Order: sequence, then C-alpha cells, then structure tokens
Amino acid sequence: MSSFLSSSIGKKLIMSLSGIFLVVFVLVHLILNSFLLFDSTGELFNAGAHFMSLPVIRFGLQPVLFGGFIIHIIYAITLTLQNMKARPQKYAVQNLSNSSTWSSRNMFVLGGLVLVFLAMHLMHFFIKMQITGEVPTTMLNGEEVHNGAKLVKDLFTTGTLGLVYTCLYVLGAILLGLHLSHGFWSAFQSIGFSNNIWRKRLEKVSYFYAFFIAAGFTIIPLYLHFFAK
Amino acid sequence: MADKILKELTLKIWRQKDAQSKGKFESYQINNISGGTSFLEMLDILNEELISKGTEPVAFDHDCREGICGMCSMFIDGRAHGPDDDITTCQLHMRKFEDGATITIEPWRAGAFPVIKDLMVDRTAFEKILQAGGYISVNTGGVPDGNAIPISQDDAEEAMDAAACIGCGACVATCKNSSAMLFVSAKVSHLAKLPQGRVEATRRAKSMVAKMDELGFGNCTNTGACQVECPKGISIANIARLNREFLSATIKE
Ligand code: HEM
Ligand code: SF4
Ligand code: FES
Repeated sequence: MSSFLSSSIGKKLIMSLSGIFLVVFVLVHLILNSFLLFDSTGELFNAGAHFMSLPVIRFGLQPVLFGGFIIHIIYAITLTLQNMKARPQKYAVQNLSNSSTWSSRNMFVLGGLVLVFLAMHLMHFFIKMQITGEVPTTMLNGEEVHNGAKLVKDLFTTGTLGLVYTCLYVLGAILLGLHLSHGFWSAFQSIGFSNNIWRKRLEKVSYFYAFFIAAGFTIIPLYLHFFAK
Repeated sequence: MADKILKELTLKIWRQKDAQSKGKFESYQINNISGGTSFLEMLDILNEELISKGTEPVAFDHDCREGICGMCSMFIDGRAHGPDDDITTCQLHMRKFEDGATITIEPWRAGAFPVIKDLMVDRTAFEKILQAGGYISVNTGGVPDGNAIPISQDDAEEAMDAAACIGCGACVATCKNSSAMLFVSAKVSHLAKLPQGRVEATRRAKSMVAKMDELGFGNCTNTGACQVECPKGISIANIARLNREFLSATIKE
C-alpha cells in the first residue's frame, strides 16, 4: 500500500479523489449561496447557513472538508515539485499552445491563486461566523441566528471597498472556473474512468460545470453589489 | 510545380561535446535548400559543409529515415519532431519552413534522457521500463494454431493501435512534466488488450510503473500534449487504461 501511495499513479489518484470531493463541495456551496438570489430578505440563506453550523456538520463534515483541502494542496505541491525536477534543463524554445490548454499547463498557479482567494474569503465569512462570532444576528422561527445574509451584503455594498471586493470575488470565481475546466475531466482520467468516447463527453461536462460554477459565483456578488442596496 | 527553394536559413543548434560538458547554442547559415529536402537531409548537407571546413559535424540520431524506428529525435522550433503533426523528424520536409527563417534545434530535454552529444540523447530509460515487464513469457515449443485463441476485432484493433508506438520519446520530450505515461501506457495496453498478455497483466502494470517512477520521469497531469505530438497518434485513452490496470493490480494484491 505504501508503494502504491508513493507511486505516481497513486499520488494522482489521491489528487483526483480529493479534487472530486472539492468539486462536490463547491457545487453545494454555490447552491447555498444562490439562496441570496432567490430570497432578498436573506431568510432562506440564513436558514441554510444555520443548518451548516449545526454541530453534526461543524464537527463531522468540516474537518473532512479541511482535510480534503489540505491533502489536495500537499499533493499538488509534491507532484508539482517532482515534475519540475524531472526536466533539469529547460528548452530555449517550447511551444505547447497548440497541443494543450493553458489551464492544463497552469493548474498549480491557478490552484495557488484560488488558495490566496480562499484565505481572504475565510477571513470575510467563515472566521466571523463560526469562530469569533462578530456577526449581526436576526430572528429565524423564534430563534436568534447569525445574519450571514447581511454580512455578505454589507461586504459587497459598503463604500468603495464594496466594489473592490466584488471584483476580487468575480476574479476568484473565474480562477476557480479555469482550474475546474481542466480539473474536472482530468480527475476522471486519473481514476481510469475514461476512453476515447468518454473523454470527449467528460471534457464537455467539464467545461459546462466550470462555466456554471464560475458564472454562479460571479453573478452573486455582482447582483448584491448593484441591486441589493 | 517546381519545389520551393529556401535561399537562406539560420540554424540555431545545441552543441554539446559529451554528457559531461555544458553545451551551448551555435548558429549556422545554410543556403539553397529545396523544399523537398527532408529535415535530416538538410542536416546532412550542413554536416558535409562543416566537415569540408574542418569543423566537427552535428551529431544527431537517425536510422530508418522512414518513420518506423523512432531514432530521430530533436526538438525543432519548440515542438517535438518540428512543425507538423503525426510525423517523425525524418518525415519532416523543408517546405514546412519559410525562406530566411531561424530554426532552433534542441535535443529532447528530460532528466531521464541525458544528452550524449549535441542532439543525441540516451533513451536507455525506455529499454529499462520495457525490461521491467513489457513482454510476455512464452514457453518454447511448436507454433500455436493461428486461430486457437479468438480475439474480437475491436480488441485486436486497439492492441494494434497501441503497438504502433515506436519508442521515440516525443511524448516525454513534449510533456511539461517529462512524464513517460503515454509510452508506458502504449506498452501496457497493447498486451493488456490480448489474452496472451492478460496472464502477466498485474505484475506488468506494477513493475513498469515502478520502473518509470524510479527513473525520474515526471507525473502525468493529463495536459494531453503527448498525444498531439506523438508521431503514431497514440491516444491518452491508453493512459486511462494504464491507470485502471495499475489500480486494479494494487487492489488484487
Ligand atoms: C475549491 C477548490 C478546488 C477544487 C474544486 C479543485 C479541484 C481539482 C480537480 C478536480 C483536479 C484534478 C485532479 C486530477 O487531475 O486528478 C485538481 C487538480 C489540481 N489542483 Fe485543485 N482544486 C481546488 C483547489 C486547489 C488548490 C487550493 C490548489 C493549491 C495549490 C490546487 C492545486 C491543484 C493542482 C496543482 C492540480 C493538478 C494536479 C494534477 O493534475 O496532477 N487546487 N484540482
Ligand atoms: S507513445 Fe508516441 S511519442 Fe511516445 S514513444 Fe511511443 S510513438 Fe513516441
Ligand atoms: S529515422 Fe527512423 S523514425 Fe526517423
């Protein structure tokens, strides 16, 4: 087993399983966020956020999610370092643009930028809502809960910073979309679930999924910034 | 139609005395090359000129000069086997270049393929991977009956497509990770698709991948550049099959 985990294909398997796990997480996250679009009072979103902070989720699922991220990042670094070492002397001229996509060649850069975005994003919401608790509250079905919806709206609408954050979140969404446009089908290829027919299908699903995620996470801050004042 | 003549070309060629030396680019002028000249013939012409001037000719690998042996390597203007698809360097013709062009010629670059001299690299690493399991063990004896083992047309075709790999190393040379996955997957697949190859399939996948890792090739990140530059059109569907073979070999253990 240890020889499996240290083999190139074993490492790729871990990369792809953690990637698919994150793919599912991102989708769930987008669905929850979309509540902000469907209910301008923010109640629906707050109910969703409240559910997400129930002990089962906080102490059951959250550690798994963090673990998934950490594994994905550690293996990304290991694989990328090894790959850089595999070509000690670089080409003077190398033209890969007609044989591979830009995203596929820049997964580490894209992932790294997503990570930078993630750090900022956690500071904006997660830390406030789940750790320090410095969040406005509201009543929901006779219970006092965090008013996450207000926290989000304030971030994107307060002063010039509101515009800056809106742009940063749109950028984050695009970077994630690019990462996923290659990552999604690549993960299936790494597991071995692909052949000449399925690769073409998975590539299409990959682009669709990546676009859907990027568009979804772009629309929400834009909507809040321009229409939710 | 008269063949186009390239009146003047500048060749920027990697020169390296031996494996230990550092190596650097040298520029050479070459004149009046007809478009019908193959790339290797153009280098032959250059070498004739270099020899007559008393300079060391450029060392490059070649053998069959008809696209079947895989010896001719060379990274030309940023692409393995130069600016054309599905060919080896010996099948590349000078009509693909413009008059007055500067052509950069480099050896394959990968830690696992060290430069021997100039444009020649040592591809023994591929032989080592094959020795690790790219064969079937056959007991000697009478020739088996032609149709004793039925094989479906599809399987036979897929095995044959994978068997087209000539071990040239363009996949490794192109890959941004210097990964040998396309080569190994072709060598695993052409046997995995046939009943004769199934017998040792588990051991084969494991030992060939272990050897590939040990020799310092990089990890595949599925960019797909290899299948575009492969002169034999080996598909990365074989890489997915190798992943399956390797994972199931691990589970079976
Ligand atoms: C929500 C966030 C993320 C999601 C949904 C995600 C998803 C994925 C998926 C599905 C793959 C394909 C796996 C494979 O080819 O087998 C992948 C690959 C990769 N990810 Fe991420 N990722 C995320 C964040 C990150 C972060 C933060 C990094 C950090 C550095 C990163 C770095 C990489 C790298 C380098 C690869 C390519 C590795 C390879 O193909 O072998 N990702 N990602
Ligand atoms: S897979 Fe293609 S590029 Fe790689 S060694 Fe075989 S023939 Fe050459
Ligand atoms: S010299 Fe044999 S393939 Fe080019």
